[in-house]
Amino acid sequence: MKVDIILCGVGGQGILSIATIIGEAAMNENLYIKQAEVHGMSQRGGDVQSNLRISSSPIASDLIPRGKADVIISMEPMEALRYAPCLAPDGWVITSSVPFVNIPNYPDVDSLHQALAELPHVVSLDIEQLAKDAAIPRSANMILLGAAQRALGIDFDKLCDAVRRVFARKGDAVVEANLRALAIGRDAR
Amino acid sequence: MKQLLLGDEAIALGAIHAGLSGVYAYPGTPSTEITEFIQGNALARERGLHSRWCTNEKTAMEAALGMSFMGKRALVCMKHVGLNVCADPFVNSAMTGVGGGVVVLVADDPSMHSSQDEQDSRHYGRFAMIPTFEPSSQQEAYDMMAVAFDYSERQCLPVLMRVTTRMAHSRAVVEVADEARPENAINYDAQAANWVLLPANARRRNDIVCAQQPQLEADAAVSPYNVLTDAPDHSLGIIASGIAYNYVCECFADGCPYPLLKISQYPLPKTLVRRLLDACQRVIVVEEGQPFIEEQVRGVAESRHILGRLTGELPRTGELTPDCVAKALKAQLAINDGQCADTKDSHAHAPLSIENKPLVVPRPPALCQGCGHRDVYTALNQVLQEYDHARVFGDIGCYTLGFLPPYRAIHSCVDMGASITMAKGAADAGQWPAVAIIGDSTFTHSGMTGLLDAINENADITVIISDNLTTAMTGGQDSAGTNKFEAICRGLGVPDEHLHVVVPLPKNMPEITRIIREEINYHGVSVIIPRRECIQTFKRHAKEKKNSKQ
Ligand SMILES: Cc1ncc(C[n+]2csc(CCOP(=O)(O)OP(=O)(O)O)c2C)c(N)n1
Repeated sequence: MKVDIILCGVGGQGILSIATIIGEAAMNENLYIKQAEVHGMSQRGGDVQSNLRISSSPIASDLIPRGKADVIISMEPMEALRYAPCLAPDGWVITSSVPFVNIPNYPDVDSLHQALAELPHVVSLDIEQLAKDAAIPRSANMILLGAAQRALGIDFDKLCDAVRRVFARKGDAVVEANLRALAIGRDAR
Repeated sequence: MKQLLLGDEAIALGAIHAGLSGVYAYPGTPSTEITEFIQGNALARERGLHSRWCTNEKTAMEAALGMSFMGKRALVCMKHVGLNVCADPFVNSAMTGVGGGVVVLVADDPSMHSSQDEQDSRHYGRFAMIPTFEPSSQQEAYDMMAVAFDYSERQCLPVLMRVTTRMAHSRAVVEVADEARPENAINYDAQAANWVLLPANARRRNDIVCAQQPQLEADAAVSPYNVLTDAPDHSLGIIASGIAYNYVCECFADGCPYPLLKISQYPLPKTLVRRLLDACQRVIVVEEGQPFIEEQVRGVAESRHILGRLTGELPRTGELTPDCVAKALKAQLAINDGQCADTKDSHAHAPLSIENKPLVVPRPPALCQGCGHRDVYTALNQVLQEYDHARVFGDIGCYTLGFLPPYRAIHSCVDMGASITMAKGAADAGQWPAVAIIGDSTFTHSGMTGLLDAINENADITVIISDNLTTAMTGGQDSAGTNKFEAICRGLGVPDEHLHVVVPLPKNMPEITRIIREEINYHGVSVIIPRRECIQTFKRHAKEKKNSKQ
């Protein structure tokens, strides 16, 4: 198996936690992993992205070649569209539908959603509302990951195990909230 | 044992396992996580390894030399521009040589994700005649640390280890040792005749280091990290170094059809290069950063057809990507096959603009909501609009973002500390008002000496030290001068009546603007210190407090 994933969003939205869970699940399966992140300057409210590659055979490049990403997981709709040119022709986009407006020239939101809808496989979810409804407002990113599970080709149970291991030191309540979030995401799409 | 590690973390763990006694560093993207990892590592704590942040890269490099003088192993970490700051001790460390192993880890930032320039540290290694390592994978980075420390001790020279952003900030599964080598014991072997760089001593050492160079190159030729792999098609040869090697491999899923020379240890082994050149019609050099190898290869075989960044096959500047490497290699393939290169990319399509209006717009970084630097710029702009040609000399840190709208408040930002000295030079030229704005960490890194220059001539400048009690830009590391700024300024000679501390909050705007105005109108050196904790570290500290109460 081989999945190339682009994770994106705005600095502080929690894309690196998504990467950590996928990475943990993949490592437990003895898969090869490469994950390039961006730190520093770009994190101050700017756009952030991470290239995550998992495979059953060795991976050469840390970066995903253009047009080869199998999945884009985005915490923000405009950021999802920013990386559309990286997506393989039959790739999947799993995105939050909620705009993060911290710039004066944010594009028209309806046009943005229309443009996204022209991509072959798109799941767009109001993860913030879903998280609020379930009273787990801080786990919106795990809802998104739950929604991406099928496109990633990783067993749901394996993701849950990874959540348990990664969040264990934060206590049972945090683990439970994130497990629920995964299930909400899986069922929402 | 297997661990999922950032390149930076693999380096840190490799160093600890290699018997490190101390890391000396000043934060800088993309090198910061190395020291942070050591600070948080259980074994490092148990052993009491030195890991506290230094005031700047020069103090770091010199402290590491002191540890090495006593026979122990030391690691120095910095971003590429930090090597400019410690160039003096770095270059001279080849002259002194080392006792305990010294590895100088420098993280270059091609494409300037968070930097002022794109300099390539390998030039410094060659310039100082210091052997240089450049890992191509996280595993290699981990393994190389032990090799580099051993080699440093064997050659009595520091080793430069060069990584780039994508190695420093990319994770992979790394097989790590279960045990760490013990630290070196303290010893008194260091010879004053080597360490006192009077000309007579330095000349002798210089001859020795020059004489070592052929051996260093011969070692590189048989290094397991430099590998020449033959392949049937000799119409092209490829030299790929460090992380660029991975992009080449990415292009050839079934193995590279051309002879491929991987370089991860320098001096460049010319015997291997010559073997490749002799066997191949053309050679393309794929390297991250400046055309360092490419230029040297041209020296080996000037008349050959050598391709790379200098000939336009690869972009002259900026980070390599698997795409630009694939394009360059496919173009060569096409020439061989006599057909046109197919470099069109195939990807999913969505409109990126509608009625000529872009649907994707840049999202530049910005000062956080609630950040004290914001209030400083609001006040400064308010006062300076009263003057015709005010100039504000900025510096490096979060507050450099004051260049962007809505503030557009600074006119320069060159290197750490340059705000104060440039303001002084401008004042010397007759400029008034000349204002310097500098962060607390940057001030202790390189601003204090410039302030002394200004005070000695009573230059007509106003210095604002915007003190957020941390090194915010790189993620909130401790700042060397916290709680000491008034004392430092007084000690340097700033008069009490022209030294002010204010709290940058909207409610204090009248007071802050009044003080700035008065000090601009005072024709001598004045220092204003707006002080309020960084909003990010404030949140982090509040959370830590809450957690420790539970
Ligand atoms: C020589 C050098 N070393 C390190 C850096 C990386 N760097 C950029 S800004 C900065 C910290 C600035 O801290 P401070 O002056 O306190 O300002 P703040 O970001 O907290 O506002 C560092 C370490 C650099 N640009 N140049």
